[in-house]
Order: sequence, then structure tokens, then C-alpha cells
Amino acid sequence: MNDMTPTREQREAKLEGMGCKRKRVEDIRFTQGKGNYVDDLKLPGMLHGDFVRSPHAHARVKKIDDTEALKVPGVLAVITAETLKTVNLAWMPTLAGDVQMVLADGKVLFQNQEVAFVVATDRYAADDGINKVVVEYEPLPPLIDPFKAMDKDAPVLREDLAGKTTGVHGPRKHHNHVFEWTVGDKDLTDAAFRKAEVTIKEMISYHRTHPSPLETCQCVCSFDKIRGELTIWGTFQAPHVIRTVVALIAKIPEHKIHVISPDIGGGFGNKVGAYPGYICAAVASIVTGKPVKWVEDRIENLTATSFARDYHMTTEIASTKEGKVTGLRVHVLADHGAFDACADPSKWPAGFFNIVTGSYDFPTAHLSVDGIYTNKALGGVAYRCSFRVTEAAYCIERAMDILAQKLNMDPAELRLKNFIKPEQFPYHSALGWEYDSGDYHTAMRKMMETVDYAGLRKEQALLRAAFKRGETREIMGLGVSFFTEIVGAGPSKNCDILGIAMFDSCEIRLHPTGAGIARVGSKSQGQGHETTWAQIIATEIGIPADDIMVEEGNTDTAPYGLGTYGSRSTPVAGAAIAMAARKIKAKAQMIAAYKLEVHEDDLEWDIDGFRVKGLPEKTMSMKDICWAAYNSVPPGMEPGLEAVSYYDPPNMTYPFGAYICVMNIDVDTGVYKVRRFYALDDCGTRINPMIIEGQVHGGLTEAFAIAMGQEIRYDADGNVVTGSFMDFFMPTAVETPHWETDFTVTPSPHHPIGAKGVGESPNVGGVPAFSNAVNDAFSFLGSTHIQMPHDYWRNWKAAKDLGAVA
Amino acid sequence: MAKTHITMKVNGAEVEGLVEPRTLLVHFIRENLSLTGTHIGCETTHCGACTVDIDGMSVKSCTMFAVQAQGSDIMTIEGVANADGSLSALQEGFRMMHGLQCGFCTPGMILRAHRLLQENPSPSEEEIRMGISGNICRCTGYQNIVKAIQYAAAKINGVEFREAAE
Amino acid sequence: MIPGPFSYHRPATLADAVKLLSTLGDEARPLAGGHSLVPMMKLRLASPEHLVDLHGIAGLKGIRRDGNTIVIGAMTTQHELLASDEIGKSLPILDETALLIADPQVRYRGTIGGNVANGDPGNDMPALMMTLGASYRLEGASGAREVAAAEFYQGAYFTALEPGELLTSISIPVPATGHGYAYEKLKRKVGDYATAAAAVVLTMAGGKVATCKIGLTNLSETPLLAEDAAKAVIGTSLDPAALKIAAAAAVAIMSPAADARGPVEYRKHVGGIMVTRALQRAVGRAS
Repeated sequence: MNDMTPTREQREAKLEGMGCKRKRVEDIRFTQGKGNYVDDLKLPGMLHGDFVRSPHAHARVKKIDDTEALKVPGVLAVITAETLKTVNLAWMPTLAGDVQMVLADGKVLFQNQEVAFVVATDRYAADDGINKVVVEYEPLPPLIDPFKAMDKDAPVLREDLAGKTTGVHGPRKHHNHVFEWTVGDKDLTDAAFRKAEVTIKEMISYHRTHPSPLETCQCVCSFDKIRGELTIWGTFQAPHVIRTVVALIAKIPEHKIHVISPDIGGGFGNKVGAYPGYICAAVASIVTGKPVKWVEDRIENLTATSFARDYHMTTEIASTKEGKVTGLRVHVLADHGAFDACADPSKWPAGFFNIVTGSYDFPTAHLSVDGIYTNKALGGVAYRCSFRVTEAAYCIERAMDILAQKLNMDPAELRLKNFIKPEQFPYHSALGWEYDSGDYHTAMRKMMETVDYAGLRKEQALLRAAFKRGETREIMGLGVSFFTEIVGAGPSKNCDILGIAMFDSCEIRLHPTGAGIARVGSKSQGQGHETTWAQIIATEIGIPADDIMVEEGNTDTAPYGLGTYGSRSTPVAGAAIAMAARKIKAKAQMIAAYKLEVHEDDLEWDIDGFRVKGLPEKTMSMKDICWAAYNSVPPGMEPGLEAVSYYDPPNMTYPFGAYICVMNIDVDTGVYKVRRFYALDDCGTRINPMIIEGQVHGGLTEAFAIAMGQEIRYDADGNVVTGSFMDFFMPTAVETPHWETDFTVTPSPHHPIGAKGVGESPNVGGVPAFSNAVNDAFSFLGSTHIQMPHDYWRNWKAAKDLGAVA
Repeated sequence: MAKTHITMKVNGAEVEGLVEPRTLLVHFIRENLSLTGTHIGCETTHCGACTVDIDGMSVKSCTMFAVQAQGSDIMTIEGVANADGSLSALQEGFRMMHGLQCGFCTPGMILRAHRLLQENPSPSEEEIRMGISGNICRCTGYQNIVKAIQYAAAKINGVEFREAAE
Repeated sequence: MIPGPFSYHRPATLADAVKLLSTLGDEARPLAGGHSLVPMMKLRLASPEHLVDLHGIAGLKGIRRDGNTIVIGAMTTQHELLASDEIGKSLPILDETALLIADPQVRYRGTIGGNVANGDPGNDMPALMMTLGASYRLEGASGAREVAAAEFYQGAYFTALEPGELLTSISIPVPATGHGYAYEKLKRKVGDYATAAAAVVLTMAGGKVATCKIGLTNLSETPLLAEDAAKAVIGTSLDPAALKIAAAAAVAIMSPAADARGPVEYRKHVGGIMVTRALQRAVGRAS
């Protein structure tokens, strides 16, 4: 070997494969303002559409007068439900099996609901136009409080459902009832409660909030009348699903619909659904024959497209005196707003909320969820979490703290006592899931040691004593959270959207010179897929990541995939990528054997190529195999080096983590300070630690915002009172705490590379850590549960209600 | 509405356009000049995605009319890279420290950080956090943005960048 | 969110601006930093037919000392206040307050004149101006007049400005050497208006408070001077009892609205705390 021969370490480093903190390829364009977002698109003759929206939460629409609007220079058309009825598009199906109005048909059911769509030559004229449309309303009594939705005399919201006693998810109990969903063994659970030595019961609410990515939802639709083809550029987390939805509802053949998701400025669940803006822009393009752009503004985004959460969870735990849990019973009142537009897999009206047994070995559990309608915006999307998993994690993590308090036990100790043990995996939960792998005790203990948990508890005890002596007005809370997520939806046996199984896909083509392209069914919104997907391929087939281009988002070129949400990209698309790469590797091995004149079985893989076992100098690099694939393949073999994989996962993956938040609160003002936040995540195999850390920082920041104030709040009349970034808590660098991250690695046994997904863990685990910190701080004053969000005035109110403030 | 003729310097080049008085500067930059790196995030002067540098000031271009920029000297993200086309210290810092994810806030962040470093070449972490508090990022949690700016400051000042210990 | 159409005027002199405003009447609005007006226009909550941009008038900018008075041109930005050595030396409370207004970008554009003139109860400078005993120069077609800040605010967005009048400068008496000062502002985040805020300027003599002024922001439809509260601390060493009386006296005149920042009771409660904390910090700074 001469000096020029690279060492194994150098060869491996050159690949920038899995485990490497590879710098992102996306950043070259993003840092130079050369990203390609939807609103950047400008087509010849392009028109703009904008919505007239309802000022009322509940009203009959008596008349829409567009006379003056049509006189505004530049305004070309005003589309209403009547217009849409001519093409049978006044209503559209939701992903949850309900239907929703595209434009107000007879009545409006929430403030800022879309009433008319004004099409004009530019966005200024469109805005002028919407201000000239005169709508006559007859206000109706609004239903805002979810707990009154099923009162006998509650107003009827959905007149279209009159007489329908059965919905897509079974019987409806009331005119404002959407569904009831039950899981678990009721009798066994009731029995556990009857026998329980200790029980707790608490109504734990998770308030309505919103994903609010920095780029709002938007699209450009362009219908080519001659070809009969519709092209849609949009902020879609799931472009293929959008294509199928459009084909089904607009009756355009699916091959004549081209959906393109360019760069997306954050999604967090907001960009999964199909919104009236997309339908109206498409119809407007069909009507006018011109491309039509629709761009939501921030107020519209916060008030009309897809809220998250709004779950009210009555939670009970049965336990022994020693703190061994024996049963869990949860009833959820789920506020879906005016239409059920949850973006959940079809058979899961409450998502995977049945992960609510969390990280604990509950022998039995029972869950029931009642979905109801109110005069609020529709949605129920997974804001940076798998479907309803953050609600579930919050529910159980808060409840475990409440139980610990009742038992006078340390909450960390209680968790350690009840964790599923490493030897119990794969673990069958009482509510039906099979947890793939986990080592909860190790993660928890590592967290406790790193932060000196015992020391913090001592400090807290001293501060509490000082508070009681009147020497300080500050109280201190330790918020422990140990979450288990369920992500990677999902196996075709139980997951589909609109009947399409939730697989994902990858197609890899290697070119003769040893570079290639990978097209994937997922769609990055900032997660860095162009960087990490190439890392998986680099490790699998020994082509440097820099030589692999990753492409997503164009339904004409990418294989069908279900998109990116619910932390499913790495568990599902990531697996498809590895499997496609392995198909390539298998063919490459045959080519190498042929060229090296040995039997395939005599070859072994070595970083970036094959070598003959026992003859380490006899090798063929993957780069050379690529060349050979195009000129000298074995007789009978097709030339080329390409593969496609559609991956139907055998199971979900179950990332977990141990978080702790240390917080002080000034009881006089309610002002809190996050002194320390430590997050240990176990997402199995780590593809790019730099990106994982970034994902955790971002998710924790969202969790911080949600727990401490980020709320979509309605007044009694149904007006949104938090409809801009002034009142919808969006923390800046000043408010945002410093984050400490850590990890353990428990690979998924069923995933090709052992990875589990991480993007959403910090949101799921973070919220209970913050809320538990606040609740822990107040607990010595006698409270058991204080509802989120924990903004300043509510903290003060808690202190006041507990007698700590005069 | 009658249109007004305006001229200004953008990224070193003289530009002109015909605009309505109500045309917001951000729309003039994005639509008339086709410089789409400047983004619109909130439209209510909170998020800072539309930040550009005007006559030595960081300005949210969604809250200024294009006619008001008559005769001014503007820098947008498209004018930040070095003359030879390589990434500027700030652009490089954002990439090296993973100071961006979806990239939507990034142009505004970089423009704001540019002016911050002009005024305070060696800011502390607290000064950086205060300095970028008019810019919202939904993805990063800011921690790596702070590091990116520290990286750039060190590079500009010709000193070795030491990442703060966790 | 697009503003309605308007005609744009950019006068080069104050006389021209005043003339334009008086000629155009109610349909015209002066445009300073624009960070209150432009968002209102985008929401079409304001639809002026004419905007008179004051940026072309050189005479409206600048900070100068005139004997024992600091005179600040209305178009001076918050950023320029922060950059001024004169302000830092003579009126450090102005710096402390300016830094708590909005965010860096807004401070480059936002002007002190706009902040005090538009009558928004959430703005920080008005209460401070009252605390400092400032006066405003108002110029209109019929000439110029001086109005004390304490006389200027009549209701939310309702001030002593007559139609066609412009606020052109602010005169602030320089506080005594060794004065103590503090601006305490509770807000939910950077960029927010105050949940409650209090300005305090005081002097000490022989360990007792000699003079004291207290101003309150966003605790009523207008900024307030808490005169009884200030009186309650004069002659005391700001012992806990005096602080308590002062805070209670201040709370007694507060009438904030309930909003997303909290219910009335909370905002008054923290208003009292802001007063207490501002007094304590001001005393600590006085010599």
C-alpha cells in the first residue's frame, strides 16, 4: 500500500454516511435566498385569489352581493358556493370521513370561514375586491364551550347531518356529536378500579393551539384547457395524497394532475390537509383559463386552517398503596370545531391516542373518546406529533405526577417503579399496541444523574421552606416527563388514508460515473431530507452522500408516498430508502462477482465496494460497479443500476425520552424562568446527530410555547382573541430557554437501519415537562392540577387561588 | 391609482419601477425586482422574515411603502454573498452551525445579524438574542442561530471560533 | 392584508406639511415610522386617502440640549435615542424605555413623535414623558403651541392635537444630577405592549425621597401620572410601609381593560408591583 491509498477511516469519512454530522446541502440555496417557495412562483398571466370571510361564528348567510366588487379595477370573478355547486364542489370530503363546506353554503359555522373567493389580476386588486363584497348575515347563537355541545338545547350546527344517526365512525348520540371511539377492556378496568387501594381522577385539558409554520398555506393552480391537465404547486406535506384527493373530487384523471411541493417553509402538521383555498384556486383556474395563486395571510392561517389539540381528558389511575399502577381509565371530549377535518389515518378517529398508557405497565385500561362539533375552526391536526400522541403523552405524564403527589412519592420514583421493563419488549399494551423496543430505566437514570435530580429536590425543599417563612416569593418546580411515542404510520394492516395504505417509497438510479439520484415519497419541510436520505444511501451502498441527489415533492417523478408528518419519514421512507439501496447492492454484488471472476458468496462488503474474502487487495469499488452496470453486466442480466422500494412497515416505531424542566416562578407576577431544560432522546439509530439536535431544539421551543401560552382562544361569541403573533405566543430568542440534549440508543428491531424518528418527540415530551414543572412548583401549596397554558396571569391566578398572593 | 416612478440602489445595482403609493416595499422587492429571497411571514411586523437592510438599518419591508425607499440603498439576501460568489461569514456560519431548517426565516435573520455585527462586532449571547428578537424562527429554537452568529463574528474578527460548552 | 389606495405626499418643509394636512383635512394622515399606522391600514382599520410622509423634513430630526432642556425632534427614531450620548448622559430612563419598545427593526423606524402622538395607551413613551414633565410642540396652520404631556392625552387615540396639527418636537427638562430612575415593564414577550408598566423619576435628600414622579403605561385609556402614589413616598426612606401605600394609591387609579394579557384584577395587581419595583430600583440608582 502506498501513501496515497486512503485509510479505512478516510474512505468512510468521504462517504458522509449515517452517524455523521453532515452539513446540509439545502443550506447552500437557503442561505442565499435561493429557496424556491410557492409564493416565489410567478407564471405569465397569473391571477390572485383572496377570501371574503365570515365575521360571525354562527350565522345564516342571507345574501352575497358582488356587484360593487366586480366594479373594482382588476377584479375578474367572485366565486361563491352557488358557483361551486355547478361543478359539484361546494362541499368536499375531509380526511376524517366528514364533509366540509368549501365556501359557505347557507350558513357559516366559525369565524373567518370562507364565504366567497375573489379572483383578480393581482393581490392588491383581490384585496380591494373582498372589501367590496357585501354579505348579509343573520346571526345564530354560537356554541363555543365544548362541554355544552351535547346539551339538549344546544344549537344545531350541522344542518347537513340532520337525521343522520350514524357517522363514518359509528353511532352519533346527539346532533353535535361526531363519533364515539372506545378501546380496551371496560369490565376488567372497572374491576381494577373497584379493587384499587388508591385512585386519582382529574380533568386534564390540552388547549386548542395551532402549528403556524412561518410560511402560511398557499398554492398556485394552473389548468391547461387544451391538454386537460391541472398543475398545482402547493405547500403540501403529502403531495401524492393531494393529487388523489383532487382526482377523486374534481373528477380529473389522476395522470393529468401534476402536484408539486417545492421548498416548504415549515409544516408542523398545518400543511397535511386539503383546504378551500386549493379547491377555489383550482376552480378559478379552470374558469378563467389562467394560473391562480392563493396565499393565506397570518390571521387566516391562525384562524382558519387546521388547529391542533383541544382535548379534554378525564383521567383516572388505579394503584396500590405502594404505587404500582393497576388500571387506567380515560374519557376524552374532543372538540373538532365545525367539521371533523382531523388528518388521522382512516380507522383512527382519535389518532393513536390509545398510546395513553405511556411508558408504564398498566395491566388493564379503557379509553373512550367523544368527538363533538362547535362553532370553531375545523381541524385537529397533529402539530409536530404523531396523531394525538402529544395529547396522550400529556395526559398520562400529568396523571402520573398527580398520582405521585397523592401517594406522597417522588414522581421519578413512581415512574421507575412502573416502567415497562427491558425484558418485556416487544410489549403488548393494554390498549392494543406492540412496543418494539425500549430501555426506559437506563434513560431515566441517566437523566437523573446528569441533572443531579436528588440535589435539585433538596434545593426545592429548602426554597419551599424559605417561601413558607416568607423569605422569598419564588417557588421552584421540577417537571419530569418520560414519554413513549408511537410513530411511523404505518402498517397497512391498520393504517390508511382515503383507503391508501400508509407505505412510503424510494426510487434510486445510479448513473455510470458513480453518482445518482434518489426520489422519495416523503416531503421535507425543513427536516433536511436532501441531506439525511443521501447519508442512508451512502452507508448502504458506498457512494458518497455528496454524489447522491435527493428529490421529493413532484408527483410526476417521485414514487407514490404518503408524505411527511407524524414522524413517519425516517421510520417509513427511511426504510424504503435502505431497502431500495439494498436491492441495488444485491445487483452490484452480482456485477462485481462477474467482473472479479469469483462467486458472489466469495465477496464481502467493505465500506465503499466489495472485496474478495481472504484477498483484501482484490476489490471493486461501487463507483466502478456503476460503470460496469452500463457496459459489462453478466450475461442475461439487464443493464443499469436502479431500484424501487415500497415499504410497508411491519410495526410502528416507539421512540422515547426522559426530559426534565427546572423552573422558578415569581408568585406575585406569575413570571417564570426556565432555569434548565435537559432532554434525553432515544430515537434508535441516529442518522445525523446535528440534525437530530436541531430537531430537538425546535420541538422543545414549540413545546415551551404551547405549554406556556400558545393558545387559540375564543371569546363567548366565537371571536378568536389570539389571531396574530402579538397575542398568539410565538417566543423570540429572548424568551426561549437554553436547551441541553442527550441520548441513548435502543435500535428498532424491525426497522432496516434501526431508526425510529425524532422530529416530534420534543414537542410530545416537552409539553408535559413544562406543565409538570409548573404544577410541581405549586403542589406544596395544595394544588393537584393547573390547566395549561401556564402564562403569567394564570400562574398568578393559581397562586392567588392557593392563597399565596393576597 | 396613478403610479409613481421610483429609483433606488438594490444590492449595488440601480433599479427602478412604477408602483402604486400603497405598494409595500416587500412586494416591490419580491414581485417587481423578482428578488424572492425576502419572505413574508406574518404581515403584522412581528416575524422579521421580510427584513432587509436600508441605508444601514434593519427594516421590516412589509411595513414600509416602496415609495418611501426612493433614493435609498438596500441590501437583500441576494446581495449578501462575497463578491466571488462564496458564502459570506454569516451564511457560512448558519450552515456550519445548523442555524436553519426550513430556511424561511433565514434571509431575514441573516440580514438582521449582518447589521447587528456591523454595530457590535463581538456581541455576547445575550446581545445576540436581543439583537435578533425581531425575527421569529419556528424551527431551530434559536440556539444554533446564536452559534451561527458567534461563528460569523469570530470569522470576521479573525479569531478562532469556540463553540460554547453545552 | 393590503392597504387601501391613497395619495402619497412627501413635503420637504414643515410649512408644506402643515399646509398639506390642513388643506387635505380629515382624509389625510401624517406618516412617521408607520409601525402603528401601516398595520392598521393593512387590516383596513385605517383607510386614509392621503399620507403625508414626514421623512423628507430634515428639521424634524435630531437631539439638542437647550440649557436645562433636551429638545428631541419628533422624527427622531428610538434607535437614534439609544445611540445618543446626550440622552445616555442626561436622560438614561429614555434609553431604558426605548430598549423595551418593540424590537430592533421597529426601533430603527419607530419615532418618538409617533410614539407619543398617536395616543395608543400601549405606547411606552407617553407615560414617561408625563413623568419627566415634558411638553410637546404642536404646529398647525394657525401657528405653534406648547402642550404639556400631562395635558395631551384625552382618551384612547384621542389627544389634544387639533385637525391639521403636527407634533414637531418634545422638550424634556433635564432631571437633577443624581436622580434615580427606572422604567419597569411587564410584557409577555419582545414586541408586546405592556401588561403593566411604571416609570419613576425621583431625587433623594438625606436618605429621604425629596421629589418623585410616577407614570403608568397601558393601565387605563390614557397614560397616567400617579400623583397620590408619588406624594406617598416623598419624605420617606421608601420603607416597606411607604411602598405599600404608594402601590395601593397607584392601583387605585388604574382601569386597564381585560385582554389576552390577563384579567383586570391581574393587570392592576402587577401594575402595583411595577410601581413598587420601579421605586426600589430608582432609589438604588439615586445619589
